[in-house]
Amino acid sequence: MPDPHSQPHDPWQSDLLRGYAAQVAAGAAHNDEMLARDGTVKPVWTSFVDHLAKLSSDELASRFTRGDQYLRDAGVLYRQYDESLSTEREWPLSHIPVVLGEDEWQKITEGLIERAELLEYVLRDFYGDNTLVRSGQLPATLLSQNPAWLRPMLGVGASDANLLNTLSFEIGRGPDGKWWVISDLIEAPSTAGFAIENRIAMTRVFPNFFSGANIHRLAGYFKVFQQTLFELKGRAEGEIALLSPGPMNQNYAEHAYMARYLGLLLVEGEDLIVQDGTAMVRTVAGTKPISLLWTRLPSAMFDPLELNPASMLGTPGLVQALRDGRLKTVNMVGAGVLETRALMAFLPKIARARLGRGLAMPNIATWWCGQDIQRDHVVENRERMMVGDAFSTRPLMADPSTTYLNSDANGLSAEELAAMLQRDGRNIVGQEAVTLSTSPAFENGELVPRPMCIRISMGRTEDGWAVMPGGYARVSAGADAKALAMQQGGKVADVWVTSPHKVQTPSLLSQETHAITRSSTHALLPSRAADNLFWLGRYVERSEQNMRLFRAYYARISDGADHADTVPAYMRAQLMENVAPRAGAIAKRFAAPLALGLQSASRISDRFSPDGMMALRALVKQVQLLDRRPVAVDDIPVEISSLLRQITGFAGLVHENMYRSDGWRFLSLGLSLERAANMCAVLAACTDDAAPAGALDLALEVGDSVVAHRTRFLVWANTASVVDLLGLDPQNPRSVRYHISRAKDHIAHLPRQETGHILTQAARLVMTLETRLSTRRAEEVTPEFFLQIRKDIWDISDALNEYYLV
Amino acid sequence: MIYSIRLTITHLYNQPAANSRHLIRVLPKTIANRQHLTTHLLQVFPEPDARSETVDFFETTSMACAHTDFHAEMSIRLACHVEVFPPAPWLDLSPDVEQLCREWQASCDLSARSPVHFLGPSPRLQPDPAITGFARDLFDPSQSTAANVIRLGQALHDLMTFDATATHVDTEAPEAFALRRGVCQDFSHIMILALQALGIPAAYVSGYLRTLPPEGGIKLEGVDAMHAWVRAWCGEDHGWIEYDPTNATLIGSDHVVVGYGRDYSDVSPVRGHLRSSGGQKNTQAVDVAIVG
Repeated sequence: MPDPHSQPHDPWQSDLLRGYAAQVAAGAAHNDEMLARDGTVKPVWTSFVDHLAKLSSDELASRFTRGDQYLRDAGVLYRQYDESLSTEREWPLSHIPVVLGEDEWQKITEGLIERAELLEYVLRDFYGDNTLVRSGQLPATLLSQNPAWLRPMLGVGASDANLLNTLSFEIGRGPDGKWWVISDLIEAPSTAGFAIENRIAMTRVFPNFFSGANIHRLAGYFKVFQQTLFELKGRAEGEIALLSPGPMNQNYAEHAYMARYLGLLLVEGEDLIVQDGTAMVRTVAGTKPISLLWTRLPSAMFDPLELNPASMLGTPGLVQALRDGRLKTVNMVGAGVLETRALMAFLPKIARARLGRGLAMPNIATWWCGQDIQRDHVVENRERMMVGDAFSTRPLMADPSTTYLNSDANGLSAEELAAMLQRDGRNIVGQEAVTLSTSPAFENGELVPRPMCIRISMGRTEDGWAVMPGGYARVSAGADAKALAMQQGGKVADVWVTSPHKVQTPSLLSQETHAITRSSTHALLPSRAADNLFWLGRYVERSEQNMRLFRAYYARISDGADHADTVPAYMRAQLMENVAPRAGAIAKRFAAPLALGLQSASRISDRFSPDGMMALRALVKQVQLLDRRPVAVDDIPVEISSLLRQITGFAGLVHENMYRSDGWRFLSLGLSLERAANMCAVLAACTDDAAPAGALDLALEVGDSVVAHRTRFLVWANTASVVDLLGLDPQNPRSVRYHISRAKDHIAHLPRQETGHILTQAARLVMTLETRLSTRRAEEVTPEFFLQIRKDIWDISDALNEYYLV
Repeated sequence: MIYSIRLTITHLYNQPAANSRHLIRVLPKTIANRQHLTTHLLQVFPEPDARSETVDFFETTSMACAHTDFHAEMSIRLACHVEVFPPAPWLDLSPDVEQLCREWQASCDLSARSPVHFLGPSPRLQPDPAITGFARDLFDPSQSTAANVIRLGQALHDLMTFDATATHVDTEAPEAFALRRGVCQDFSHIMILALQALGIPAAYVSGYLRTLPPEGGIKLEGVDAMHAWVRAWCGEDHGWIEYDPTNATLIGSDHVVVGYGRDYSDVSPVRGHLRSSGGQKNTQAVDVAIVG
């Protein structure tokens, strides 16, 4: 019992529940997950319903917000595409779970494991000796015409290794209460990572309920799956990496999450290169071998040389590495052919031939229109039929291009339809339009029954298949099952598999008492990741610098200066790239680099702390807000000061919280080089003979060193004192010298810096620069000196780029 | 008849390229009773850091090579001797197209020779209404498949003008058809689409054409570079026939096969991938001479 101290309570007193029951009774649903046909709450739901009914609507609202906040903070986002524009959308968590009993779950699991084994057999045949086609169990054109059947992979079916090691299924419950497989998700099932985030969010929504409820935990599954990956890799030398299509992919957040969670290297195609037949990852420490890739790419994109030549996501030569046995993948490249819609029309027969009986859990009834009998069935039952491309891998009901034969819109007569199917039948499949069971969703303050389906992940282990117990259901946005897809507003719910007994609670934390050093995986920094960290540092610093300039500029305007006055005009011309004298234009100078910084950060979210991401997101949001609301000129300096505190906070977070890895060094290098170069520009402009009166004070202000100057010098600012403090002083964290010394230190600690007297180009340049700064007296320094230093700084950046990042 | 074939392909990069990988498909096949590759030397400059030979699904030999270091130019040189045997006398055993479709629909064969791979669409070829219309207008259902193939190829040849400047290697078939101009690749792509629109399985053939005609013959089009033509399936009994729409001729002993594919992309002489910031310029030179 979730709350043993509570008073007995009748859930039916809750409006929420009564309203829901009324809707279900009114026939909105054919079959409801929560309510039995007689209107009573199903036993596995009762304790949750009791709990829910006790919460006031205010309580509910604040709990839902808490769950959403968690997901936002964790960076769980969903990328949406809209006419070539992609935007990040909040993860659409449905706050009401789907509850299933463990007995029912057990049956589902058994059915799906049986199906997984059948799929393994079919896949092996597709890439092996093609018995299924030769014996007439499958039409030849279903492979020969199938873009997902990858000819270069033929022959791998002969290998002993399992071809499928992880897969997901989407299943739905029909009106008769039985479960059906809606789709086989083989290629890049994005289930597990999101499931665990759903679960964590739900523990925030119903914190008091979880401790007492016997809900099967998800974490154990990941441990098992991690084990599987390491076993697959075996003793082969090399790393395990998760190959992702990159940040533009809608599931990138999950890829980053899984990589971090399982301790895998997260790579993209451009990180890899095939050398001497071996897949290698390009890291700042040189190329390192990869022996196992968990690939989340569509198979055809894996290798542009032998597969789809247009692929920008893969790496040329990978297929050869597979053929040579130097690389393994999870799953087999080419396994996506199993997702072909038309295959569902033949699996039942293949199962009967192999098992001697039908599958325990059938798939959604499907007819391939390339055969007379099946085609006739579709024509005769057109009232209930939908048809679509036989080779598509999307479920018919989730595909906008699906044709519903009962609708008058397409106005085909039976003869016309028969002729169309006759002509092009081998490219068309039909399925019966399905009705899914409903489950409660919370909309506008009430519970509504919504069609739903469950997604189930499983992974192979030494002892057979392990199934993740729950975690992921898709809930339609409307009464119609067609709106299941997230792109169309559908939501994602947690699935709770409950037990009458106490469940095991595997901890996410290891039980071992001694620390085990991770394999070198985390020490490896792919060049692309280093590049993004470096640029993150540079962009954030550039944004900060431009904020300071903006504040200094408006401090003068709000003091009564005109945009055309000497100091503001000089600032714009010399330090602000001749920006137009408008607040919006000037603000863009810090908003734009900040947005770019966030972009860089989101490309490496697996190596960047969630707190850092949060801080950065908050900052970008703040800047966007500032852009939208009117701010009086007099208030600008104050507003910007608040932004500056935040951005300095970010830098502090980096400095205080980040592990001193190579990644941290590249980020810090970006910060230091950018800051030193920017300070050079300020000093060159403000110590120039042409600089207006007040320019030296401006330099101190922008360099945040007004107080330091007062402490250090007894005089008013003069050229020598400003040059000394902001240019040459090794103790001032705002000075050029300070950051050049820091950069030197970072560079010396980077990998592949030779010991002894042989220096890399970057090390040589930075050392020369430091020497020049430390041997110069303030009085001798000219603006040209600083311009030269600035140029030299970018030479260091180029040298680093060439050596580590290209 | 023995041919000596010499081929040079040169890629000039505007910016030096590194980490390049290429698949090279230029080596004539050995086909029993038709052509026999006797000797060959295939060289790549600069010397690749790695090279390996594979035979792909459609049984074309392809050489994979990799260059790690920066290089501004890559050239491929092939010298080989191929013995070509005269074709068997022509005898049309092909059924009509309706029967032909029933035959491939019943096929349980997934081997490289099976017609089921060549029904379209393919990576480079999507059905085109204009080409489909062209094919339907010419189609004579009362005649055999082979007769229809030849009729269609001849009509295409009469309609199109050979023009090496009108199109380029990436031109899509419908565009070339609209222009009524193109090179062997365009002729072949259009003919494949036309045949497939009728239900006749059709494949793309890459190969070589003898440079100088036999005495008294006319010089053929497409001798300056590697050539392409079409292979059409004419039923279980007749098998495949090959037709060169650029020269409106059935294939005899003037043509040497390198490989078969669904379209150009399956048998392109050089398929490559490299990291380079600039464009590139490719040239090709071929000489096919009789040596005995």
